Amino acid sequence: MPTNILICGVGGQGIVLTSKLIAAAAMAAGMEVKSAETIGMAQKGGSVFSFLRVGDGAYCPMFGEGCADILIAFEPAEAVRMLPYLKKDGSIIVNTHAIMPVTAALGGSDYTGKEMLGYLAEQSDNVELVDGEKACAEVGSPRALNMIMLGAAVRSGVLPFGIEDVEDIMKKTVKPQFVEMNSRALRYGE
Amino acid sequence: MHKEFLMGNAAIARGAIAAGLNCVSGYPGTPSTEVLETAAKFNTDGRLYVEWSVNEKAALELAAGAAYCGARTMVTMKQVGLNVASDPLMSLAYIGVKGGMVVLVADDPGPISSQTEQDTRTFAAYSKLPCFDPSSVQEAYEMIQQAFELSEKYHTPVLFRPTTRVCHGYASIDVRDEEEYVVNKPEGFRRDPSKWVIFPRLSFRAHTEIERRNAELSAVLSESGLNPAENSSAGKKGIVTHGISYTYVKEALAALGCELPVLKIGTPFPFPEQAALQFLAGKDEILCVEELDPVIERELTFICGKHHLSANIFGKLTGNIAAAGENTIASVTKAVAEFAGLDLPEREVPSEPPKLPVRPPVLCAGCPHRASFFAVKTAMQGKKSVFCGDIGCYTLGNAMPLDMVDTCLCMGAGVNITQGIGKVEPDTNCFAFVGDSTFFASAITGAVNAVYNQADMTLVILDNSTTAMTGHQPHPGTGKTMMGQVVDKVSIESVLRGVGVKTVETVDPLDLKAAVDCVKRVSAEKGVKAIIFKSPCAVLIKSGKPAYIDPDKCRNCKRCVKLLGCPGIVMRDGRPVIENSLCTGCGLCSQVCPFDAIGGGRNAD
Repeated sequence: MPTNILICGVGGQGIVLTSKLIAAAAMAAGMEVKSAETIGMAQKGGSVFSFLRVGDGAYCPMFGEGCADILIAFEPAEAVRMLPYLKKDGSIIVNTHAIMPVTAALGGSDYTGKEMLGYLAEQSDNVELVDGEKACAEVGSPRALNMIMLGAAVRSGVLPFGIEDVEDIMKKTVKPQFVEMNSRALRYGE
Repeated sequence: MHKEFLMGNAAIARGAIAAGLNCVSGYPGTPSTEVLETAAKFNTDGRLYVEWSVNEKAALELAAGAAYCGARTMVTMKQVGLNVASDPLMSLAYIGVKGGMVVLVADDPGPISSQTEQDTRTFAAYSKLPCFDPSSVQEAYEMIQQAFELSEKYHTPVLFRPTTRVCHGYASIDVRDEEEYVVNKPEGFRRDPSKWVIFPRLSFRAHTEIERRNAELSAVLSESGLNPAENSSAGKKGIVTHGISYTYVKEALAALGCELPVLKIGTPFPFPEQAALQFLAGKDEILCVEELDPVIERELTFICGKHHLSANIFGKLTGNIAAAGENTIASVTKAVAEFAGLDLPEREVPSEPPKLPVRPPVLCAGCPHRASFFAVKTAMQGKKSVFCGDIGCYTLGNAMPLDMVDTCLCMGAGVNITQGIGKVEPDTNCFAFVGDSTFFASAITGAVNAVYNQADMTLVILDNSTTAMTGHQPHPGTGKTMMGQVVDKVSIESVLRGVGVKTVETVDPLDLKAAVDCVKRVSAEKGVKAIIFKSPCAVLIKSGKPAYIDPDKCRNCKRCVKLLGCPGIVMRDGRPVIENSLCTGCGLCSQVCPFDAIGGGRNAD
């Protein structure tokens, strides 16, 4: 059976690169990979997701509800939106920093994400909160969120490879001047 | 052979290159765009000719010419692009080709980012052209190579129609090493008017031959391995499916622990009748799991009638599969469970979640289109006006609070829709908004028509110097080609003046006062007049210093939020603040603030 991974968030948060790194790390370990992600108009500030299936036995690049071994959510409401895809007892890694949609600003609503985090805690005993804003500030780049989330996901032990494997792939993927910062981000919270 | 992790569209391009591709042309459109882009990226040695054409018709005609010379050619487009290319393609079906020619048309069930849910398999039957329908990334890679072989062997263009989930799915697949590529050397054009010049007599002869060939192909394709059956002798019930739906069926059967026979249709036209007959033998009930049109379902119903078979055929026409929209693993699992008489696996239903924020797509922070729409809206306040939109990022100008798109139909249609509204409602101020790439693709003829037929309208060109919606492809106005050449830009202003538009003004939409004055001045003139709002796509330029809302000056009137709907301004603790990670410093909000509370941005210092 493949390991099913679901990454979700809002367009522009770096979800696609996270997905590519997981795929590359899995391929380097000789595993089969399939994936599918949002592309096109929905990317412009919309909800985006990436399905990943690592290992043998997957027919489809996506998987059905109740099948994800891990949900890596870059935004609290997006975690709740995609929660039906999570297996019973599956792991949730969630960034606590909420992104307010334009519609919420127009409607004068004060969406903060707190009610979403409360709901996740009610639904699952397996939620790891990542304060992405604080972590990015400490790592020293607002662009580090995807590596911080990926590092937290790898440490959960659900992904079929370790932090060194991801780090090796990251070094081959990002520009040399960003390697050190991304290493710190991957290992943030160790 | 080696393994690579490829997007479906990249696999198609790589497969075509492995099959000896010489020439690829197309027009960008989701979900097809990455095919041509991958081919261009891979073309480091210039072995291919690659171009983004001005539209799909031009792309297809170019490919036909190259294929007449024996080149292996591919044309890429989305499904609605096929409507634009259909004039040359319908005739080319009769003329045929010398080099293999694959017309790649990506269909978009949902639709996710298209105007229609049209099915290219249906177009294949209409145009009488063979059609390939891959179900996975690996299969797409292999199948495109078979498509070239069949095209060249039968001297006919063929259609290749993946859908969004195959185009944009990724998989680790086996790809050929360069030494294993086919090398095709075109022999050149051989003059033969009896072959290349279409006349009624030729068309009659060709039509007869096409029908004979398609009957032959139906038999050939039945034996080709492109329409494989699994477990075909197991029981009285079976599933016939295609494309990505095949993988949903396999996931559903695995989840239900059930082993029904499955026939996958990889070549929907000419339909593999013999393969279907073999599968139908001894079966009472068939479920057709397909997306878009009930092509397989109708074919099977026809075959059952023709051969006096008693099997019941279920699918879209019988309500077992939804008539419109995408299939999903969940929808297919439900349909298969009902068909097989099985219960769905039970799942705990989570409690009702809190109300989720909706995130409709919006114009990006700093997008110059927001400023253009706002300028026209401001200038025309209180005047009877109509705003016809078009296809591109700027269709998003329909969202609140801009609310500036009254119509949108298809590429370039807005110009003449505006003309039509003006003929019926002469007292309305008529505006047509069109982007730069769409202008070149299909609004120039509309402009000529409007000028010639004495329209009274303002043509607004939203010129961001790229094809933004599909990921920033070059076009005639950008001065770059896909072969890496820097060429003369085609000037939109010169084109408009050349076709007889006497007033053409160019203005920076982010200079709000100048833009509003320009709209008032130009729209007051009679006849066809044009405004070119020129400002680069915000995604392509380096962001400036973000704006800043001075809390001492801000009186919380929220005009910046309510007038512009920019994702760069959010409400925090009941007050508008700038989201620094998104703000590009375009400066538009500082020009609408009545209290001069917003600084920074382009107007800073």
